[in-house]
Amino acid sequence: MTALVPRRARRLASLAEALLTPHGMDRYLELVDPMLVRREIRGLVTGVRRQTPDTVTLTVRPSRAWRGHLAGQYVRVTVEIDGVRRTRCYSPAGSEHDGTLELTIKADPQGLVSRHLNRTVTLGSVLGLSTADGEFTLPSPRPRRILLLSGGSGITPVLSMLRTLAAEKYEGDLVFLHYSNGAEDALYRTELADLARRLPGLRVVHAFTHAKTGGDLHGFFSKEHLAEAAPWYPDAETFLCGPKPLMDSVREVFEADGIGAHLHTEEFAPPALTFDTENAEGQVRFARSGREVANSGKPLLEQAEEAGLSPEHGCRMGICFSCTQIKTSGCVRNAKTGETSSEENEEIQLCISVPVGDVEINA
Amino acid sequence: MTGLQDKLTPQQVEDFGRELDEIRQRIVADLGQVDVDYIHNVIKTQRALEVAGRGLLFAGFFPPAWVAGVAALSVAKILDNMEIGHNVMHGQYDWTRDPALSSQQFEWDTVAPSENWRHSHNYIHHTYTNILDKDRDIGYGILRMDPAQKWNPYYLGNPVYATLLALFFQWGVMLHDLEVDRVAKGERTWAENKPVLRKIVRKAGRQVGKDYVLFPLLTGPLAPLTFLGNATANLTRNLWAFSIIFCGHFPADVESFTEEETENESRGQWYLRQILGSANITGGKLFHVMTGNLSHQIEHHLFPDIPARRYPEIAGEVRAICEKYGLPYNTGPLHKQLFSVAKKIVKLALPWNGEPRTPATVESDKTLRAA
Ligand code: FES
Repeated sequence: MTALVPRRARRLASLAEALLTPHGMDRYLELVDPMLVRREIRGLVTGVRRQTPDTVTLTVRPSRAWRGHLAGQYVRVTVEIDGVRRTRCYSPAGSEHDGTLELTIKADPQGLVSRHLNRTVTLGSVLGLSTADGEFTLPSPRPRRILLLSGGSGITPVLSMLRTLAAEKYEGDLVFLHYSNGAEDALYRTELADLARRLPGLRVVHAFTHAKTGGDLHGFFSKEHLAEAAPWYPDAETFLCGPKPLMDSVREVFEADGIGAHLHTEEFAPPALTFDTENAEGQVRFARSGREVANSGKPLLEQAEEAGLSPEHGCRMGICFSCTQIKTSGCVRNAKTGETSSEENEEIQLCISVPVGDVEINA
Repeated sequence: MTGLQDKLTPQQVEDFGRELDEIRQRIVADLGQVDVDYIHNVIKTQRALEVAGRGLLFAGFFPPAWVAGVAALSVAKILDNMEIGHNVMHGQYDWTRDPALSSQQFEWDTVAPSENWRHSHNYIHHTYTNILDKDRDIGYGILRMDPAQKWNPYYLGNPVYATLLALFFQWGVMLHDLEVDRVAKGERTWAENKPVLRKIVRKAGRQVGKDYVLFPLLTGPLAPLTFLGNATANLTRNLWAFSIIFCGHFPADVESFTEEETENESRGQWYLRQILGSANITGGKLFHVMTGNLSHQIEHHLFPDIPARRYPEIAGEVRAICEKYGLPYNTGPLHKQLFSVAKKIVKLALPWNGEPRTPATVESDKTLRAA
């Protein structure tokens, strides 16, 4: 009997889809309430809180198509700014065992979306969401020793890991080492203190880069900090997310120690990509729209936009795959890895692929 | 025959093109929230009318409900096809990056699959506007709409074919993509048509299923009334769309061109051809919305990817530019334009070739010299 209900519901849904062809049910449901959509994922903002002057922490209740996230993954968040939809990736900060989403967004002075989210989102706002994605996750079974290391707003994916471990009553050695400028910038301070009280194996270490007092550690990351906070780090799994300089110095220490394999990272700022715009040659053809431009040496996403197209995209830094399109012919260089590839009909990410000579894209 | 190249001096064509480009740039830079709010409102209205229309037909035993239902559904279909579908699929809202407003993803409430139509309309018709043998919208491969199309006895049926096309317009548009006329001439093979055909069968199946099977069945004993109601709504939309579209390119004085005279066109000459090959219809605000602003066919052909709601706002400027360069700006009320189209359809049924094709240029020569 219980099994019959969803089946009948499904049949009703497909009848409704047939009746509402060609637009589909969501296009009608969203006019009643944007949260009613069935295929797309939306999120209703149910909480807005400011921990520091330049961040906002949103509690979001996702619509029914949401399938949850794993700690450390990210979601693509879409907002409409002056009529244009903009998408950026953010890592939820909550436990993966929690049905709601928590997003903490730092307003980047240059950042259109992050500033918009900080300034204009209020209770009851509806955001566009994607399913969760990303490989930066905790292995299962959980390792015996874990070091979570973050800087600034890079805290969110590792905090999600911490909260997940806390919800699972993790019993191993666990250190949460977080870098911020000073006490006023330290996100989630009270929650972290609270977690430290509840989870016996957890040690929370606050490092302040720009303050001389008030933290557990002071100054920029160093091997000494590491030895101090988690002396057992060589046989732990370390999860790291933060600004590039922090990531670089941590990586250096781990490489020098020969334990690079135990370090798991999430690229948090766009990797510095280099483009050779001087020596670019060839033509770029966008087959579907029939436009053709001379290769400028920039990533294909930018070249497409300069040609007046607006291909789908999200992060613009090679992580979200919303910009993936088929390259029908030609050779491209992946700006992240430097690899070139000239296979026909392969899927490439427009935002990090630079044409090498003539290229044709199915866009 | 005056060539398109002779209409304006090279310098004039260039200035003229630049002035139009400036209008375009100004509008593009100004696009924003109001445009999105506008199209969202139209969509909301369309969906509400559609739901209301379908709902009323459940009470179709009560004649006023049936009439109101058919009226609401007809308007919904017209809005869906014209102000929403046609314009969205032209990429007028692609800049919003909203998948529901994406030219590549939108599908409209008619049997012609959007993907096929984007090729035949957005690409072929808008690139080769009114070039004989290239623009397949001239007569849709069925009618003789231009004296330069060589007469043969088949064309005696011109008025009959036109009437049938008007009645079954959505099917005409759908078949248009198959280029059956070219298959018959051996210029295109059925194998090439396979992918187009597959999409057609799928799309038409769904549309027919919804309008003529599912909704009638759902209304139980009223099935015949619902069937009739849906057929009437489709018919109303067909007649309306046919009228508006034919008034856009076929009233008297609209020019057509040969392949030779349009070879190596400059941007300015392309603009020029769009103006000479299109015609507007005058009317009120609501009328413009119901035509999808294709009552501003001239502006639409100049800037097919600018949101149509902007056409009325630039029409005055476009007209002034035409006057400045001594170019015609073909416009008139619906009845006048329709009559002019009908006359052409009837006249061209006979082996009549019309006067030599000089309408626009003769008087413009004078103005040009004065300018
Ligand atoms: S835009 Fe995210 S991968 Fe290209």
